[in-house]
Amino acid sequence: MTAEADDRMQSSNGSTPIVPLGKPVIEMRAIVKRFPGVLANDHVDFNLQRGEIHALLGENGAGKSTLMNILAGMYKPDSGTILVRGQQVNLASPRHAIQSGIGMIHQHFMLVPTQTVTENILLGLDDPRFIMNLPRYDDIVADLGEKFGLKVDPTAKIWQLSVGEQQRVEILKMLYRGAEVLIMDEPTAVLAPQEIEGLIDTLRTMVSEGKSVIFISHKLQEVMSIADRVTVLRKGRMTAGGLPARGVTKDELARQMVGREVIFHLDKKEQEPGEVILSIQNIFAENDKGLPALRGVSLDVRAGEIVGLAGVAGNGQSELAQVVSGLRKCNQGCVKLNGETICNQSALFGIQQGLAYVPEDRTHVGSSPNLSVTDNVIMKNYRHAPIGRGWMIDMQTATRFAKELKEAYDIIVPNVETPVRLLSGGNLQRVILAREISGNPAFMLAVQPTRGLDVGAIEGVQRLLLNQREAGSAILLISEELEELMSLSDRIVVIYEGRIMGEMAKADLRTLGLMMTGTPLDRIEKEGATANG
Amino acid sequence: MADITSPPPRARRSIIPYRIRLEPRLSEPPRWYPFAVSLGAILVALFFGGIVILLAGGDPWRSYVHIAKASFGDLGVFSDTIVKATPLILVGLACSVAFRMRLWNIGAEGQFFLGAFGASAVILIPILPPTAPGWLFFLTTMIAGSLAGALWAFVPGYLKAKLNVNEIITTLMMNYIALSLINYFIFAVWTEGGFQMSPMFPKNAWLPRLTDFGSQVPALRGLTTHAGLIVGLVMSVVVWLIIYRSRWGYEIRLIGDNPRAARYAGINITRNTVLVMMLSGALAGLAGVSEITGVVHRLQSAISPGYGFTGIIIAWLAKLNPFAVIVVSILFGALILAGREIQPSGVPKMIQGIILVSLIASDFLLRYRIRIERIPEEA
Repeated sequence: MTAEADDRMQSSNGSTPIVPLGKPVIEMRAIVKRFPGVLANDHVDFNLQRGEIHALLGENGAGKSTLMNILAGMYKPDSGTILVRGQQVNLASPRHAIQSGIGMIHQHFMLVPTQTVTENILLGLDDPRFIMNLPRYDDIVADLGEKFGLKVDPTAKIWQLSVGEQQRVEILKMLYRGAEVLIMDEPTAVLAPQEIEGLIDTLRTMVSEGKSVIFISHKLQEVMSIADRVTVLRKGRMTAGGLPARGVTKDELARQMVGREVIFHLDKKEQEPGEVILSIQNIFAENDKGLPALRGVSLDVRAGEIVGLAGVAGNGQSELAQVVSGLRKCNQGCVKLNGETICNQSALFGIQQGLAYVPEDRTHVGSSPNLSVTDNVIMKNYRHAPIGRGWMIDMQTATRFAKELKEAYDIIVPNVETPVRLLSGGNLQRVILAREISGNPAFMLAVQPTRGLDVGAIEGVQRLLLNQREAGSAILLISEELEELMSLSDRIVVIYEGRIMGEMAKADLRTLGLMMTGTPLDRIEKEGATANG
Repeated sequence: MADITSPPPRARRSIIPYRIRLEPRLSEPPRWYPFAVSLGAILVALFFGGIVILLAGGDPWRSYVHIAKASFGDLGVFSDTIVKATPLILVGLACSVAFRMRLWNIGAEGQFFLGAFGASAVILIPILPPTAPGWLFFLTTMIAGSLAGALWAFVPGYLKAKLNVNEIITTLMMNYIALSLINYFIFAVWTEGGFQMSPMFPKNAWLPRLTDFGSQVPALRGLTTHAGLIVGLVMSVVVWLIIYRSRWGYEIRLIGDNPRAARYAGINITRNTVLVMMLSGALAGLAGVSEITGVVHRLQSAISPGYGFTGIIIAWLAKLNPFAVIVVSILFGALILAGREIQPSGVPKMIQGIILVSLIASDFLLRYRIRIERIPEEA
């Protein structure tokens, strides 16, 4: 490639598209990327056509994000070539990527909460240089939003916006920078069902305007409904390249993704729940900012049943979990475990009453990263025999205990002295579950137990929960994965802005979605009745 | 729409076709590796120290040989090295216990003085008559000194636990209060004829020294190593047992590594903050007792050339391991001793500083690996 051609390519971004619809706008050929001990991408080919939504599917650790980070200029491939609009490019930094018209939207938004939408969009650009003529740029941003159906107030501050709106700001940011190709890293993970539909509409508008979208996901259902074509990665290798999404079945994709049949139906035994073990009565509590997070939450969990708590993140689930586990004070109401009041007590009191807790944050709350597997599994039982003996800890017994759990729960780790920070997410979750279940808890609180795990690990964790249910524990499962809640729970309770919207034994997605966005169940039923009658 | 004007990617190009890349380690390095890295860091530090000595007009090799001889050359100087190392072991332990819980006790110096003060109070008030037996003196001074140190540390510990007052500031400031307190007593209360020091302690209150047995074993004559060393060694074992084998130590390690996980496990962080601070203060206090009853034999303000602060460095270099504290303390004792021998006396201090910097920097190598790779030719 000559220097002039290269320069022309660099400067041609954002202007008249040179690629006709349906022709490849991006080609990645034989991309290899190696990290210490891992071959993240092993000769991966990927091509994106202009005007399509292309899903990149794979388990966690399959190399999806690595591949896309290479395309976004975050990593350099060890070998392989990248062609943008038929020209070979060297994407040395995100800046170069965006100059080539490639923009990536990460799972965690990179926005400044105290600044306005327009300010965030302009951040890091050379224009305006010195004097900020914000109203002028507000108009530009508003026009751009109009064009692509991304409605958001340019003068609003980021912290005032919902997660869905913040995502729109991120998309606008990339469009403003002239992105022709948009990479979205698991964009639906943070959204409510209705917001997801809004996002899909936006993406459709964008591709009809001639943009192209790469959609990273590990959710089959979503991929099937959004994507035009699908590329599947497994363990760094491509197992399916650019399959048309219409022609494939969910089972096929799942097989490509995990390399074996995935059982989608966990066999949940029919069993009658026993008596009430955990009773939450009219709880009011505040969040870290001192704002009301729970406004009168009540629910019961019986022995041998799983109660699922559904809701979009940030509607009081975390606070409820903390109140129940004794890590947060409540202002009103009471939580009883086997008749003992456990709220507004120490966390230790709850543990002594038989409360097990699988916290949302595995690495920061549920485990101690630099301590060994042994030290991590004795966290709850080091106080009494056989591990604790008077003042001392019997290290031999502790080590034996850890080894037993390692065998029983398939924790893959060279030895139990390994610090848990070196464990994969799935293994760490097994360590935590092993510890919590081994105490034969009367009640178990599990918050997002499968988040961020790959399909195989998810199945393992879900089986452990079901086994625990069969063993007669009462389980409160707080999750944002509706599929998981629906397949595991005996009842689903929906929380919205700190209030319970309703409870369903047989839940359907539409009703759940309405409840999760703030419509109480009784109103939905009433409206349904009037519509039918 | 938005025009971006930045240099094209080809503008930056290095002349050297290699580049250095840092990668986080994904697995534990082998057991010998941390020791090798520390040893390497000390060698690098000595190399740079040598350059400075050279610039100052000295001969690095001869200086280092001199330092080694002045500290380890014969039994006599080695005994002096041990004497210097004894208080360092105890303050090093004091700091490592607190640091283990990420409590930044910068006040070991003040707690050291309070320990000395507590021991002096037993002897000078006097609580015990000068004729009391040595073992009784030993027990009471040790208890009084560690209590005084613990109580001194209780104040910042309590403030930290209850009101979240920054313990770095409070412990540091309490050093100055401690020094003034000592000064008040040696100027006014226990002054010996107007001099800024207390009268000499009665012989029965002295810790036994090796030279005391010189009449039976002539080889021990003149050796000033005292029983404080045994206290230090015993406390190393005790601290090791507490940290690695006791329930309390487990809680300390858990809080130190991840306080949120500790809270989740039902551990009372408030109570542990106070208790660990007091244990740390007690150990620093013991160092004061050992120094004053083993070496100085009277209360004066010049009993510490900054032992409490050196303890911070020692704890850090020993990676908070109680047994490593002993080794590091002996090395530092040697450096302090060499300071007496070498003029200008800034050199050993400087070497200490360089060793510290390179050892702390070398920690990086435990977490990351360095990779040198060829920059691929651009197409």
